[in-house]
Amino acid sequence: MTRFSRTDIIGLAVLALMLPAIPAFGQGIDFTGQWVPVYHEDGPERIPGPELADYAGLPINDAARLRADSYDANRISAVMEYQCRPHAADYNLRGLANLRITSDIDPLTQRVTAIHTRINFHDAERTIYLDSRPHPPAEAPHSWGGFSTGVWNGNMLTITTTHLKPYYIRRNGVPASDKRTLTEHWVRHGDFLTIVSIIDDPAFLTERLVRSQSWALDPGQRMGTNWCEYAPELPLGEGVVPHWLPGANPYLEEFSEWYGLPFEASRGGAETMYPEYRQKLKQTFSTLDRCQRYCTCFNGTGGCNLR
Amino acid sequence: MTGMGMRRYLIALGLGLWALGLAEGLAQQAPQLRVLPVQGNVHLIAGAGVNLTVHVGEYGVLLVDTPPPAVAPQVMAEIRKLSPLPIRWIINTSVNPDHVAGNAALVGPAGGRGAPFGFVGLGRPAIVAHENVLNRMANPPAGQPATAPGALPTTTYYLPTMDFSNGEAVILYHQPAAHTDSDTVVLFRESDVISTGAVFTPGRYPVIDLERGGSVQGLVAALGSILALAVPDGFESGGTQIVPGRGRISEETDVAEFRDMVAIIRDRVQDLIKKGQTLDQVKAARPSRDYDAEYGATQVDADRFVESIYRSLNQPRARS
Repeated sequence: MTRFSRTDIIGLAVLALMLPAIPAFGQGIDFTGQWVPVYHEDGPERIPGPELADYAGLPINDAARLRADSYDANRISAVMEYQCRPHAADYNLRGLANLRITSDIDPLTQRVTAIHTRINFHDAERTIYLDSRPHPPAEAPHSWGGFSTGVWNGNMLTITTTHLKPYYIRRNGVPASDKRTLTEHWVRHGDFLTIVSIIDDPAFLTERLVRSQSWALDPGQRMGTNWCEYAPELPLGEGVVPHWLPGANPYLEEFSEWYGLPFEASRGGAETMYPEYRQKLKQTFSTLDRCQRYCTCFNGTGGCNLR
Repeated sequence: MTGMGMRRYLIALGLGLWALGLAEGLAQQAPQLRVLPVQGNVHLIAGAGVNLTVHVGEYGVLLVDTPPPAVAPQVMAEIRKLSPLPIRWIINTSVNPDHVAGNAALVGPAGGRGAPFGFVGLGRPAIVAHENVLNRMANPPAGQPATAPGALPTTTYYLPTMDFSNGEAVILYHQPAAHTDSDTVVLFRESDVISTGAVFTPGRYPVIDLERGGSVQGLVAALGSILALAVPDGFESGGTQIVPGRGRISEETDVAEFRDMVAIIRDRVQDLIKKGQTLDQVKAARPSRDYDAEYGATQVDADRFVESIYRSLNQPRARS
């Protein structure tokens, strides 16, 4: 029988203590492949796009609300620098997100060291490092994809992304700051991929914004390429930036009127995220007699019946 | 060991521990410098007050702005890791003390050898700036100490641009009334990097120094001129890299976001002025309140920014 010396035992104990610190390369399952988005969640927000001044369900603070109220869609035409922006990584999951996932394999260990995603819109590419590298310092550049690192939790991949550029969390001007952190949990169920995304934004959110998006495996998908050129679509004077002054935006109540919602509900805030808010709404409004907006977008009849 | 010997031993031990503690304390106080490659021949040294842009060229080192004197040796040590060549040029992007504080320290022994660009003799770097920097540094306001001669710019320009070469074209663009009246934006043409000085400070509100000729309209125009110089790679990613006066390395859209912030708050203040509101009323309306958290501003910072815009817009001159 082998006898262990005291040194051997101490050495083994130290090794055992170190084990949790060793990066867990290549655990989990294979996410690589071609994926097509499934828009069964939040369809009106994601496909035709959100109504102006619809902030319902977003845990925004007063600063975000004012910024969104000030939003004038002319800005993305007048400020040419915005015309060719890709979506930031967090919003990209919500958009027209045909997705291709590839990976880097260490030839010696045959472990996955990085995952790459490519989303069709504006050729948005992103790398998720699985080698425990640190995130860059604060002075490093921010990008649309940010800087992402991932760790395996069993078969779930958890990704942390920092260094994102300022963008929006809803396409009607609700802002997202460059201070935000995106956490993702990737889960695969057979031919379906679900990503739960969580945004922490100390500048604009009072609580974490948790959303989920799903894709279906689509091996025959053929991704195209994009190109985009600037154009002075709305030439204005130098230094002129379209926006609404506080209290001057005339469109803020349209959304609540069209859908028969109390105006307060359209203003968002953490309370509007939770099911209990429906009970509160029931006390203050009754539903419209018939649907008036986006009634036929998703039932195969074609068109969104917009007036 | 005798009693006397033991006492000496304990005293020596105590002094040693005190020195160790002092050294540790000093180490903790010393700023942690971070050197980041930007693009091409350009690096950023962060953590020494304002951002320092380092260009390593064919003829030597070019440094944009200077650190506080106490940090100059550390900065020099980092520069030495990038190049053995002497500092030949220092560019001051502004007359603001944050940007010129280390001039004397770096042209002295700490800066090492250097060839002149202007009139000074061999053995020291040239300090290049817009002539308004020299004028203001050479003629400080009453009650303020005179600038050390070694800290004054040795080479000035007065036209809208000035260019020279450090193995690649280095072009200086004067911004006549932005942060001050003496701001310079530096373009490293081949490296495709712009160093902006205090005109652009992502993550914090810009300072509009009205006493030194700054103005909000000039600031918006200066940011527009940076946008005109910057060329992104496809889909607004990459391309021209922009080193701000403070904050993170940026790209074109970051400048656009920043310019839009200044323009929108300017418009709000202008609207309140048109409605006849006083400075106190304008401050109380908090026209920057949706930007304060994003720009890391305390109420004092926000009030200062709003006040500078208010006073700038109320200046009688056209440059307001």
